[in-house]
Amino acid sequence: MNTSATLEVRKTALNSIHRRLGARMVNFGGWDMPLEYSGIIAEHEAVRTRAGLFDVSHMGELEIRGPGALQLVQWVTCNNAAKLAVGHAHYSGLMTPRGTFVDDLLVHKISDVHYLLCVNASNQDADFEHVVASNRSDASAENAGPRYAQLAIQGPRAKEILQQLSPVPLDPIRYYHFTFGKVSGVECLIARTGYTGEDGFEIYFAPEHSEKLWNDLMQAGQPFQMLPCGLGARNTLRLEAGMCLYGHEIDVTTTPWEAGLAWICKMEKAPFLGSDALAQQKLKGISRKLVGFEMSDKRIGRDGYPVLMGGLEVGRVTSGGPAPFLKKNIGMAYVPPESSAVGTNIDIGIRGQAVPARIVATPFYKRPQ
Amino acid sequence: MYPADYRYTKQHEWIQVQGDLGTIGITDYAQQELGDVVYVELPKTGVKITAGSSFGSIESVKAVSEIFTPVAGEIAEINSALIDTPEKINQDPHKSAWLIKIKLDDPNAVSNLMDAAAYQSYIAEAAKEHSA
Repeated sequence: MNTSATLEVRKTALNSIHRRLGARMVNFGGWDMPLEYSGIIAEHEAVRTRAGLFDVSHMGELEIRGPGALQLVQWVTCNNAAKLAVGHAHYSGLMTPRGTFVDDLLVHKISDVHYLLCVNASNQDADFEHVVASNRSDASAENAGPRYAQLAIQGPRAKEILQQLSPVPLDPIRYYHFTFGKVSGVECLIARTGYTGEDGFEIYFAPEHSEKLWNDLMQAGQPFQMLPCGLGARNTLRLEAGMCLYGHEIDVTTTPWEAGLAWICKMEKAPFLGSDALAQQKLKGISRKLVGFEMSDKRIGRDGYPVLMGGLEVGRVTSGGPAPFLKKNIGMAYVPPESSAVGTNIDIGIRGQAVPARIVATPFYKRPQ
Repeated sequence: MYPADYRYTKQHEWIQVQGDLGTIGITDYAQQELGDVVYVELPKTGVKITAGSSFGSIESVKAVSEIFTPVAGEIAEINSALIDTPEKINQDPHKSAWLIKIKLDDPNAVSNLMDAAAYQSYIAEAAKEHSA
C-alpha cells in the first residue's frame, strides 16, 4: 500500500469522516483520499444495483468569465462549446499545440459569459496555468478548486435518494445537463453527470457544507443500502463503462484520434490549440489505436503489462483489472490500428507468460435504459 | 485471532507445523491489506521450494502480491478450492483458506519465526505507520 506522507498532501473537508468510517486511505495525486470503505467489490456492486456516494472534492474547478469566455473555452478545448446551451455540459479535452491532452474535463455553460470547467485533481494547477498562458481573449480564468466541494451520488436509486433532500425536480434534468438549487438547504450546482456509467448526480457546493451534505445523503440513502465508495470502486466502475483515465488512456502523448475520442474533437470549430496537428494526423493516419480487451481466463492483465501479437510486443495495457459486475477481467490498451478489429486475438504478458485475450467492443458495460 | 500454535513471518504468512508437514497461509492482517481477493496462483504438487522463495501469488482488485515460504520442502497439497472461491482468503484466512501444505526438509526450521504475541506487536507497529 502506498502510504507516503508527503509534506504537501491535501485533504478534502470530509477527511476525518472517511477515517472515522474506517476507510483505507491512499495518496492519490497528492490528495489523502479513501480507497475503499467496505471493499471495492461491494462498493462497485452497490453503485450498479443501488447507489453509492463518493467524495470527489479533490477534483479541480476552473471558472472562465467575461465577454470572451466562449472564445477562450473554444481555443483551449477540442469539443465545440458553441453548441452548449445554458445548463448543458459536455466532455472535452484541454489540448496542447500538438493536439494531445493536457487533461480531460467537463465544460458546463452557466451563461454566455461564464463557463465552469471540472478538471482532474492532480492536474488542476497545471491546467489553470495552461489556460492562463493560452488566454488571448477578453476573459478571466480562476483556479477555483478550493472554493468547491463535490459529491457524486451514482446508481439506479441515486435520483430517488437525492430527491428527498432537494425541492428541485430532478427527473426533468436530462443527462449532461445541470441546474442550480438547494440540497439540504445548501446552494448547489446539481449536474446529471458521473464517472460510473450509471445514472446519477454530481453536486458542487461551498466546502463548509461538506459534512452536512455527506451526513444527510448517507442518512437518506440508508433505506436503499447506499454505500460510501472510494477511489478503488471509482476506477473499476469507469473502466467497466469504458471511460478514459488521464495518465492511463490519455496523456500529453495521445491524440483524440488515437484514443477513440473523435466524438469530442470537433474540427469544424478550428482553429483551436492543436487543430493544425490534429488535421495533419487525420490525413496521415494514426499509428496506434485504443481498444478494449477481455481476458480468456481468471488471470488478470494489469496496467503496464505488455500486449503481444505473434509473440511480439505491440503495446501496453493502459488500464486493466477485474470487472466486478461483469465478472470478467478487462482492460484497455494501445495496439496497431491494422490489428485493432473486435474479435482479434492477443496475448497479455503476465509475469513472463503469454496469456490469451480478445479485443472486444467498448463500453464493456452499458446500463439498462 | 492469531492462533497460538502458528508461527508468523514478516511478509504476513503463517505456518502451522504438524510432524514434518507444514500448512501455510496468509494472515488476517495481510488479507485486510490486500482487499478483495479475486485470484490465487498456486504451484503444482511435487514442486520443491527453497526457504524465502515465492511459491505463488494472490491477486486483489488493485494489485498482485507474491507469497513466500519461510521454509524449504516439497509441495504436498494445494488448496484448489481457492481457484473458484478466492474470496475465502478474505473470509477465513487462518483456517479453510490455507494455501499449501509442504513436506518440510527441516521440521525445526520455524523455531526462529515470530509467535502470535510477537506477530501482533509487529502488526501493531505497522498499523501505526499506516495511519500517519
